[in-house]
Amino acid sequence: MATSTTTVPNAGPTAGSRSFLSRLRNGDEIARIITFLFAASVVILTVLIVLQLWHDSSLSRSKFGWSFFVKRVWDPTNDDFGALAFVYGTLVTSSIGLLLAVPFGLGAAIFLAELAPQKISDTLQFFIDLLAAVPSVIYGLLGIFIVVPLMREYVQPALKGTLGFLPLFQGPPFGIGFLTAGIVLAIMVIPYIISVSREVLMSVPRDQREAALALGSTRWESTWKIVVPFARSGIMGSIFLALARALGETMAVTMVIGNTPTISASLLSPGYSIAAVIANDLPEASGIYLHALVELGLVLFAFTFLLNGFARLLLVLTTQKGSGMGHV
Amino acid sequence: MHASVRPAVSVNVNPPTVTSGREAATPASMRMNINKLNFFYGQKQTLFDINLGIATSKVTALIGPSGCGKSTLLRTFNRMHETVRGTRLQGEILLDGQNILSQDVTLLRRRVGMVFQRPNPFPKSIFDNVAYGLRINGSKLPIAEAVEKSLRHAALWDEVKDHLHKSAYELSGGQQQRLCIARGLAVEPEVLLLDEPCSALDPISTAKIEELLVQLKDLCTIAIVTHNMQQAARVSDYTAFLLMGQLVEFSPTPQMFTTPSDPRTEAYITGRFG
Amino acid sequence: MNPRLRWRKFVSNFMLTLTGVCAAVAVSALFFILGYLVYHGGTSINWDFFTKLPAPVGETGGGMANAIVGSAKLLLLASLIGIPIGFFGGIYMAEFSNSSVAFVVRFAADLLNGVPSIVIGIFAYTIAVLPFKHFSTWSGGLALGFMMIPITLRSTEEFLHAVPRALREGSMALGASRWRTIMSVVVPAAYRGIMTAILLALARVAGETAPLLFTALGNRYWSPGWNQPTASLPAMIYSYALSAFEDWHRQAWAAGLVLLALILIVNIFARVILARGAAVPRS
Repeated sequence: MATSTTTVPNAGPTAGSRSFLSRLRNGDEIARIITFLFAASVVILTVLIVLQLWHDSSLSRSKFGWSFFVKRVWDPTNDDFGALAFVYGTLVTSSIGLLLAVPFGLGAAIFLAELAPQKISDTLQFFIDLLAAVPSVIYGLLGIFIVVPLMREYVQPALKGTLGFLPLFQGPPFGIGFLTAGIVLAIMVIPYIISVSREVLMSVPRDQREAALALGSTRWESTWKIVVPFARSGIMGSIFLALARALGETMAVTMVIGNTPTISASLLSPGYSIAAVIANDLPEASGIYLHALVELGLVLFAFTFLLNGFARLLLVLTTQKGSGMGHV
Repeated sequence: MHASVRPAVSVNVNPPTVTSGREAATPASMRMNINKLNFFYGQKQTLFDINLGIATSKVTALIGPSGCGKSTLLRTFNRMHETVRGTRLQGEILLDGQNILSQDVTLLRRRVGMVFQRPNPFPKSIFDNVAYGLRINGSKLPIAEAVEKSLRHAALWDEVKDHLHKSAYELSGGQQQRLCIARGLAVEPEVLLLDEPCSALDPISTAKIEELLVQLKDLCTIAIVTHNMQQAARVSDYTAFLLMGQLVEFSPTPQMFTTPSDPRTEAYITGRFG
Repeated sequence: MNPRLRWRKFVSNFMLTLTGVCAAVAVSALFFILGYLVYHGGTSINWDFFTKLPAPVGETGGGMANAIVGSAKLLLLASLIGIPIGFFGGIYMAEFSNSSVAFVVRFAADLLNGVPSIVIGIFAYTIAVLPFKHFSTWSGGLALGFMMIPITLRSTEEFLHAVPRALREGSMALGASRWRTIMSVVVPAAYRGIMTAILLALARVAGETAPLLFTALGNRYWSPGWNQPTASLPAMIYSYALSAFEDWHRQAWAAGLVLLALILIVNIFARVILARGAAVPRS
């Protein structure tokens, strides 16, 4: 028995069933693929960097393991490497840098966000942005020829004269050293603290400030007790960003820190930082020496990654403030 | 066109208990007096020759269509207009007979408090929100006692007494606004200004706050801006009607809403424009 | 006024003045830097500086012509890598991608952006110098190009996103293909911002020294082609400043002034003229 069939005229291909080639003929699809490749290359590059660093530090990692970070010795002739002196130098100089930059930076940001009229605030911020564009090697140049002599002739002797009994200020005033590097770093990171903190402060809702003033606060009280705490996470974010920048800073630090792997409580002592030793030694190094240096680079990478990540998280948190999240 | 007001305003408005109307009231019954107030925002004038008195221990409402200047006027009472650049004031505003414009502004704002349109508690605990004003200004009572007192006055104590250290943001909108009222009351102001305090709230919270305002009269003088005429009718003893920066009419509330003297007032009240 | 209030007002005025001082100190740093550079390097900027090669070690005189050309070559190469990848990648992110792919790419770009420049230098060293056993211009350009990528990518994406939907829809309603719409309508609408970002990225990598230390290294002569080490302004500043020769110090100042002047001019141009108030990326 013949079943009657109705022939439905071919309705044409539906989107899902079009062949790859016919989609390709559509210019948009090609565009999508090509631009995707470009975007994907960024991911591939990043993965490659991590992998390469991991691979090229393998000799050092397997030989020293975690003790790499607590050993003081750095002996290329005997292939014995420990990162402690460099980690110490990096941490000390960055800490000094932040200790100096945060009060000045936050103070400046408060001025720009709360006190200055909009036009002046924008103009000054413009100059701050230009300051952020000054390359590291220029800071190094000024560091060597301006800051170091200043430190050697005036600042360090003055510190020794007044506070010389402290272990912080022992030893001869060379001009170079931890303190000098920290001061140069402070100037380098201050624009980051100012820019981000200013934006965050400006985004605090107006009526918070008004509520404080309406209760009889002075302008400083309303700023310091209400507005700044409201923006607290964002300000912390700016500090983390600045710290990430300070940790990776190479040229300016290399030029003024003294490049001697010393661990000393004295801020006047010359020292070394992770980035500085890589900069100085990498081209000459091979074998496990090279791997040790690459491992240092990996450490730097890991720390800046974490700090930048935290900073981003904190900045996202500030924008959610006021919708019921967190309290001070 | 002048800001003509009947009955005579400036210093001589009668308190509502007097039925007829022309007896000069003693200045002591006016907590604040606003004389010949003109207000400018840059080149633009937004308030024209306002003369008004805020009666002690009474609720005075400022009503009018949006843009009429009622919030602007209210904000001059505690000099909040000074937080905006480009504003200028002419005339005088007296608090207990003294011109507030020549006094210290920080001191003034303790005596004249403000509650804002949207609840704006600080990102602190409930306790710390109320205690803030006490901590900066100093307090006669121990802080915890003063905080409890204010929260009771704001009819919020029972709802929060076991949660004082929770974040203020965990409260509902209506509760947050009462918290802001408590915060304002904590410093024991002589006048409390409320700028459309219920406009962001639901009807139930609004009703609670209206109830509260009537009770608060005994504590301090109240001036409230509202775009809700029924609210003004329910809550206030005196009402001022503003239109385009001018004070059109200022009368005891029952009189304003039943027999308004100015045709514009009548038009507004009967809803011919809003 | 009671004494407590008087004290509070004093504190308020004092602290607020202090913040003004902080702002003044921060801004003045820029002018001090410029001032010192002009003072110490201004007189050394002459025709020789721009046209002569460095003199033999120990002799005075000479210039930095090779460094200027070297920097230019490095930047050219960096642009060839950084701009296309960033631009087209950004187009993908803004116009074609779905949110999970976009998240991964964005994450990678942010990661790449946060890598200290010296670590980029290590990477370029291990893939472009070690295997070939010599330093080269192209390895330096590669390193700088990698640094440009995340900046151009994120900026392109951001500025394309900012173009209103309506523009796209208008074009497509006329029958234009996606690609046509993007290139003829969306990109032109966003080009100002994208150009600004590219210029700022260029200015940023122009001043980078660390990655060049192990890639392009340096050269006291001309460096023909792409396969030899090359001098660059930042690297010259570095080595001359650390040297023992007075004359080299003088030249380092001059080079510093030229480098900073170029960077600042590009920054000012990009921020003031091109961006015209549009949101400008922070470095």
